[in-house]
Amino acid sequence: MVPEVVPDTEVLVSFRGVQKSYDGESLIVKHLDLDIRKGEFLTLLGPSGSGKTTCLMMLAGFETPTHGEIRLNGALLNHVPPHKRNIGMVFQNYALFPHMTVGENLAYPLKIRNFSKSDIDAKVMHALSMVKLEKLAHRYPAQLSGGQQQRVALARALVFNPQLVLMDEPLGALDKQLREHMQMEIKHIHDSLGVTVVYVTHDQGEALTMSDRVAVFKDGIIQQIDSAYNLYEAPVNSFVASFIGENNTLEGEVQSLQDGLCQVKLGDGIGLTAKAVCADRAGARTTMSIRPERVRLNGASEQCANRFQGKLQEFIYFGDHVRLRMDVAGNPSFIVKVPVSELDGSWSVGDSISLGWNPEDIRALDPLNP
Amino acid sequence: MNAPLTAADGEPLKKKLAREQRLKQFKAIALVAPLGLFLLLTFLVPITSLLFRSVDNPEVVTALPHTSQLIRAWDQRGLPSDAVYSALAEDLARAKADGTLADASKRLNMEISGYRSLLMRTARKMPLQLAAGESVRDHFIQIDERWGDPDHWHAIARNAKSWSPYYLYRSLDLRENKSGVPELTPVNERAYLSIFGRTMWMSLWVTVFCMLLGYPVAYWLANLPKRQSNLLMILVLLPFWTSVLVRVAAWIVLLQSEGLINSGLMALGIIDHPLQLAFNRTGVYIAMVHILLPFVILPSYSVMKSIPPSYVKAAISLGDHPFAAFWKIYFPQTLPGVAAGALLVFIMCLGYYITPALLGSPEDQMVSYYVAFYTNVTINWGMAAALGSLLLIATLALYAVYSKLVGTDRLSLG
Repeated sequence: MVPEVVPDTEVLVSFRGVQKSYDGESLIVKHLDLDIRKGEFLTLLGPSGSGKTTCLMMLAGFETPTHGEIRLNGALLNHVPPHKRNIGMVFQNYALFPHMTVGENLAYPLKIRNFSKSDIDAKVMHALSMVKLEKLAHRYPAQLSGGQQQRVALARALVFNPQLVLMDEPLGALDKQLREHMQMEIKHIHDSLGVTVVYVTHDQGEALTMSDRVAVFKDGIIQQIDSAYNLYEAPVNSFVASFIGENNTLEGEVQSLQDGLCQVKLGDGIGLTAKAVCADRAGARTTMSIRPERVRLNGASEQCANRFQGKLQEFIYFGDHVRLRMDVAGNPSFIVKVPVSELDGSWSVGDSISLGWNPEDIRALDPLNP
Repeated sequence: MNAPLTAADGEPLKKKLAREQRLKQFKAIALVAPLGLFLLLTFLVPITSLLFRSVDNPEVVTALPHTSQLIRAWDQRGLPSDAVYSALAEDLARAKADGTLADASKRLNMEISGYRSLLMRTARKMPLQLAAGESVRDHFIQIDERWGDPDHWHAIARNAKSWSPYYLYRSLDLRENKSGVPELTPVNERAYLSIFGRTMWMSLWVTVFCMLLGYPVAYWLANLPKRQSNLLMILVLLPFWTSVLVRVAAWIVLLQSEGLINSGLMALGIIDHPLQLAFNRTGVYIAMVHILLPFVILPSYSVMKSIPPSYVKAAISLGDHPFAAFWKIYFPQTLPGVAAGALLVFIMCLGYYITPALLGSPEDQMVSYYVAFYTNVTINWGMAAALGSLLLIATLALYAVYSKLVGTDRLSLG
């Protein structure tokens, strides 16, 4: 897979130096510079309390930044009240008005905008057909399933043709299968309408599958904003590496740097070569990260520059692959993913297996426990 | 077809399960039985006896059994036959002896004033000593000429049944005309229709004031952090811990002409003369609203607490002004709680007694006052029961209308 190159298109929303504090003591958003491009699907990803929802609420207008400015199409947005922003929003609990039918829910934003009755009917039907719920226009939200309610909420946020739609963990309440289905559906609607979507989630799988770009939040700061591919394959720090996907870490001390690679000495004195990302000087502590699927076993590892012996601790069966938990270079929970077809039947717990990886696949990042 | 399933001991499983089910049901009934019995004795029996008392009319039938029986055959024209006069003579003599005459004469005195003395006087002349050839009728008319007046006989005829709509009619300012059809009493004799009207009117205003004052408080409480709202909720409930009588007495202290409020306002130079706040409608409204306010706040609060703030946010994000969003989205969702609170307050108002009795003028008394008056002062159980029954019926009718409009299934009492 080739990293997707997002062309530099027109900027729709820009955050400049935005800060937000609720209590006047601690900043929930510390310093935000962010450009949202027209038509992109941007996901704000992070653990709870990382400031991602606050960013969304500032954009929607329900919170005001304590510092900095937010612009929409170049116009300052800070003092525009939320009902004049013309931004669609999908809430976590859907927030469908329970005393109105599906049709009335969808007509609500159109009536406010003084569309004619026939226009409203046409737009409502069009929006419902987009989410395949034409037949349910006369139902009340309580009579719908969770997935159907989710679609109605989506249709309502889109029915008045906003140029920007915000989604606050919209799939959080659905079960796994439905959630995966809805992810694709939202993605397809985004592709067909060309609307700009800002999506908040704490589910990294959701972020990776749906987004053009993902902004990873931690402690009120964007750690990395990039395509899903780059986030996974080229995390810029230990937090991103551990937050996105599975990864194995090894602690060590940088010995020397050369041509973007560095020599690192592990705790037990073994040396290895890694791609220098955050390691900038000899003598610095570093946490190195390698994805489980980049580790090669036995024969396949012979070509690798970094070679180790691992002690097999546990088999974890996943159906399509098996994870081997191994003790490698002082890390007792080092995971290696092996497709079932490549599993060697003679392995058993306690065996010593040789393994290795290429220096480009292990990234020397900032120390996780400085 | 499979063989029936059996339990481990060989007993048919179906039978065993049914028995266990019965045992469970029996236990449930045993648990609610004390309360059921309590309600039966303290609620159903009194209500039934109240309804019965409002149409119960035993006095005349008990005291004058033969007369009652014979007068039913009377064609209501002219005077009754001699047989009826004879029966009356016989009944009067016996009633005087066994002491049932007093009740009957009191009862008939309600129909025509002066009837009591007429009966007493006639009874003293019993048993009859007829001159030769004198008819019983003539002798009676000789004792008192009112026995020649058909109206006095109509009064007996109307009460010759052991039940009568008399009290219910009186409570609605109706009376039976000679042919037994109810008609409105003359304007200067009417009283109860305006009392019922006043009761409804005052209850309506108390309910409106309670809603106007209670709704914002409930909204504020529902949107406060839990710790603060719990504390403030105790303040809302605090009045419940004091007796109504004490609170009304406190309001008298505050509101009377020389009370705290008037002297305070006069000391500040805001008014020259004391405002008339107590012993009129204003005082009744102030105290009743104060006492009943929690009944609006509590159900409204519990409903508001269950409405997530995202609804109004969603409406605003869809482009609606925050006030319009509140009115169109938030308010309709609070209706079940508000409606339940309003219903509760209104129904409690209908039966309110002590506050108007202590803080109101005679013009501010409600139906309950007259129920108490007939029970305690004039000992007229019939009127007390009839007024009470009509109040109960009016309440049920209002509830029916209300549930039709709002839908009782949507009410939420918290």
